[in-house]
Amino acid sequence: MIYFDNAATTMPKPASVTEAVVAAMNSFGNSGRAAHGQSMDASRTIYEARVRLAGLFNCPRPSNVVFTANSTEALNIAIRGLLKPGDHVISTDLEHNSVLRPLYDLAEQGVAVDFAAADRQGRINHDDFSSLLRENTRAIVCTHGSNLTGNLLDIGRIGRFAHEHGLLFIVDASQTAGVFPIDMAAMNISVLCFTGHKSLLGPQGTGGLCIADGVEIRPLKSGGTGVQTYLRHQPPELPTRLEAGTLNSHGIAGLLAAVGYIESVGMENIRAKESALMKRFYDGVKEIPGMKVYGDFDNEKAPIVSLNWQDVPSGELADELAEEYGIASRAGAHCAPRLHEALGTKGQGAVRFSFGYHNTEEEVDRALSALRKICQ
Amino acid sequence: MREKELRFVVTFHTTAEAMAVEKLCREKAIEGKLISAPRSISADCGIAWSSPPELADIVREAVQSAGIEIQGFHEVRA
Repeated sequence: MIYFDNAATTMPKPASVTEAVVAAMNSFGNSGRAAHGQSMDASRTIYEARVRLAGLFNCPRPSNVVFTANSTEALNIAIRGLLKPGDHVISTDLEHNSVLRPLYDLAEQGVAVDFAAADRQGRINHDDFSSLLRENTRAIVCTHGSNLTGNLLDIGRIGRFAHEHGLLFIVDASQTAGVFPIDMAAMNISVLCFTGHKSLLGPQGTGGLCIADGVEIRPLKSGGTGVQTYLRHQPPELPTRLEAGTLNSHGIAGLLAAVGYIESVGMENIRAKESALMKRFYDGVKEIPGMKVYGDFDNEKAPIVSLNWQDVPSGELADELAEEYGIASRAGAHCAPRLHEALGTKGQGAVRFSFGYHNTEEEVDRALSALRKICQ
Repeated sequence: MREKELRFVVTFHTTAEAMAVEKLCREKAIEGKLISAPRSISADCGIAWSSPPELADIVREAVQSAGIEIQGFHEVRA
């Protein structure tokens, strides 16, 4: 099997990640629940993960790194915990449902939402933020990189705009964290939401938010924290304020190892390899007659190539690749309904190939060969 | 039970604060360890940092200059 679905989850994980998870499962107690060694070991590892992630994203302090199960949970906490009826928020057509659905829910409760529109290549016009600005605009919520096309948004530019207009800036870094540089301070990011199991190469069930100083988020959940037991409400201090219930210390141990792996290999080396694989694949598929390839390949982007051949339903093409050639891709709508509408692929969907650090040129060539045989 | 001795104890609001102080003190080679917060002090977090009382100023200075939020400093028998 050739695995080209790394935008859904990277696979395989580095050996150091799986080893760290197993070791944690054999030794960790419940973090923050006691002063014995096993509980403390879990707490130390979780804290070290906060330190390393704060360093990776230039988050002001480790306690501002809050762990969640994934970026969907992180985005729900940020979006629902910062916006209130009467607010206006600007987002984009590139968003995943983890941004769109919380926004649509809030729209029914009196939050006004506008979207910067995408063109047929999945690009937005960054000047649209200016024309969509209102007096009551409170925040911009957007992805760093589209999970469908891999197109990047210029979050440095958007952050500057947000800062100039006193807006909160919430970024979904699901497809880019760990591979593309993100600097919360330089990019004026108020809340950075990440998942652990994609470009960060960690286990599923890990993710979180990095929060700038002074950004007050209402908790989405309340419950056990191991501290301030007799307080009737969720404690006010970060990270506990936004972390109710037992943390996934086993997964976080793996995430910590994954950050170590990325640092040892070098983010730029990972990015260069994945980008070269994407380009090799793109250069091949675009020559196949009848092939439609989506996205902006003239600028730096995440290692994703989405395509359709003629009018063949995307699911049929993906099934043939899997059944006849052992190639795993992802067909369908990719939880990105607005972008499929912008690309004109709502009915057909698209077949997405997403590349990871463990893929090879030979795998790319085998996929190209398979597509040349199928698409004739 | 072990006889209690005078200690300089730092209490915390969260587990993360406790971990931050332990990491800081280890990096600066400041003697001490994490303990269960003594019952005689009101502590939000059940884990507290305990150092010998003669290191009080050094611990206080290190914590404050690192900007780590804590709940309080105490001299208690622990």
